[in-house]
Amino acid sequence: MHPAPSVIIFTVFSGLGFGMLVFLGLGLPPVTGWTAFFFYLAAYAMAVGGLMASAFHLGNPQRALKAFTQWRTSWLSREAWVSVAALAVMGIHAFAAVFFGAILAPIGWLGAGLSVFAVYCTSMIYAQLKTVPRWNTWLTPLHLITLSFGGGAALMGHTSLAGLLIVLAAALQVAHWQVGDRALARSGTTLASATGLGNRGRVTAFEPPHTGSNYLLKEMVYTVGRGHAAKLRLIALALGYGIPGVLLLLPIPGVWPSLIAVPSHIIGILAARWLFFAQAEHVVGLYYGKRAA
Amino acid sequence: MTQLPTSTEKKLGLVIDLDTCVGCHACVISCKGWNTENYGAPLSDTDAYGADPSGTFLNRIHSYEITQENAPAQLVHFPKSCLHCEDAPCVTVCPTGASYKRVEDGIVLVNESDCIGCGLCAWACPYGAREMDALEGVMKKCTLCVDRIYNNNLPEEDRVPACVRTCPAKARHFGDLGDPESDVSRLVAERGGMDLMPEQGTKPVNKYLPPRPKQDEAQEFDILAPYLEPVADTPSGFLGWLDKALEHIPGSGPRFPDPDARQKSGKL
Repeated sequence: MHPAPSVIIFTVFSGLGFGMLVFLGLGLPPVTGWTAFFFYLAAYAMAVGGLMASAFHLGNPQRALKAFTQWRTSWLSREAWVSVAALAVMGIHAFAAVFFGAILAPIGWLGAGLSVFAVYCTSMIYAQLKTVPRWNTWLTPLHLITLSFGGGAALMGHTSLAGLLIVLAAALQVAHWQVGDRALARSGTTLASATGLGNRGRVTAFEPPHTGSNYLLKEMVYTVGRGHAAKLRLIALALGYGIPGVLLLLPIPGVWPSLIAVPSHIIGILAARWLFFAQAEHVVGLYYGKRAA
Repeated sequence: MTQLPTSTEKKLGLVIDLDTCVGCHACVISCKGWNTENYGAPLSDTDAYGADPSGTFLNRIHSYEITQENAPAQLVHFPKSCLHCEDAPCVTVCPTGASYKRVEDGIVLVNESDCIGCGLCAWACPYGAREMDALEGVMKKCTLCVDRIYNNNLPEEDRVPACVRTCPAKARHFGDLGDPESDVSRLVAERGGMDLMPEQGTKPVNKYLPPRPKQDEAQEFDILAPYLEPVADTPSGFLGWLDKALEHIPGSGPRFPDPDARQKSGKL
């Protein structure tokens, strides 16, 4: 799939923002006043900023409000509702904490729950797609939610918890890559099933329908070199998981470990998310002979 | 509404005959023409006369080669457009309700004034049947020429999809696949019509008729072949004399040079 910057920024930063809101809602730590103000400012900047970024890849963003109508079937519509609900509920919690020094615990728990659900809805937009076998697994929501918790914990200063969650997320990341690399072959969708001609012999794409490119090829048949992908995976593992995991778990006093770990984590996860899209094989590529059959 | 109807009154769709399609792309052009001039936003082209032309099409023709161990390779032209699936994944993912499946005839349509151009429906479609229009920012797809098939202003023979009307090989057939007695349903039954990517669980309405086997009949393919066999291998009479005379002209080797003899004589 085409790794659009708007979607990469959206998924990474809304995950981090909602991850922070989970901890703020649970009162871990129970911040009030100016401390609360800055924590909430960071969380809202990332969650809202991410959601705004997602609007950039719309063809007609002026009609975005219509996306609230189809929550019965559409994960994208559910995400819109749940994100707004989480931000609204946590807004009440933030208002009470910042201006009245009060922690409204039940509101916070509700907001935390909605924040987790918002990340789940985002992940299901991808995990629901049978057409992209690499994403079509329960590992996708599990990994994205763990990452959101890990990043949120790191940003909230829960160093050892963040370290543990990031190590867990690393294991899920490797599992997602391992399972993902075989997912297309396992899905059973091949050029033979795509054309229905498989029982007649070996089917190969002879001539594409058009000499130039088109929307389908640009959007869904993005290809990355094998060597290039392997290097990026190493970079993502080291910056996104290895360095922050070690720094947060080691008993180093002061804020310096976090000041290095958090930016490193974010850069690494941006690289991993680029790969999440760039390496995802859409089955329509089979019709163009672009995927190994 | 993006909830799929549990059943539709009709299942209008296409039956595409891979045996007769000649790959002329006439259906591509007639589709582009009709759908640029009629329902919804025109199908735009970008850089049409430049170095990197690209455009929106609702129907595209691939060509595939089938190779077998002991038979000649076969070329199959493969038209592909929306299959108007019964379990259309493109409809349920739509956040705005712009995508819907009609209860009356099963046609999958996009209401362009509700489409935000998020592109998720195109991701959900395994067939590549939906394309985002680069200029309008809305999703375009085959409408089964909904503005032709019910259009009383057109002569009756034109009330079929533009691709069906234009196909010079009659490789495309239009009808109600929900009615087992319809011409298209009988075609599917007789010719073993098949679904594309059945494992994706989309239950496509459109069916494809597989190419008929050709290799088995290759020997007797042309009834005139025995009469066109060469009558004489070794020329006699005037032709025989001419053949020998020409061989004697310097520089003209034997008609069927024997590589061994050539090596022995040391000549090239």
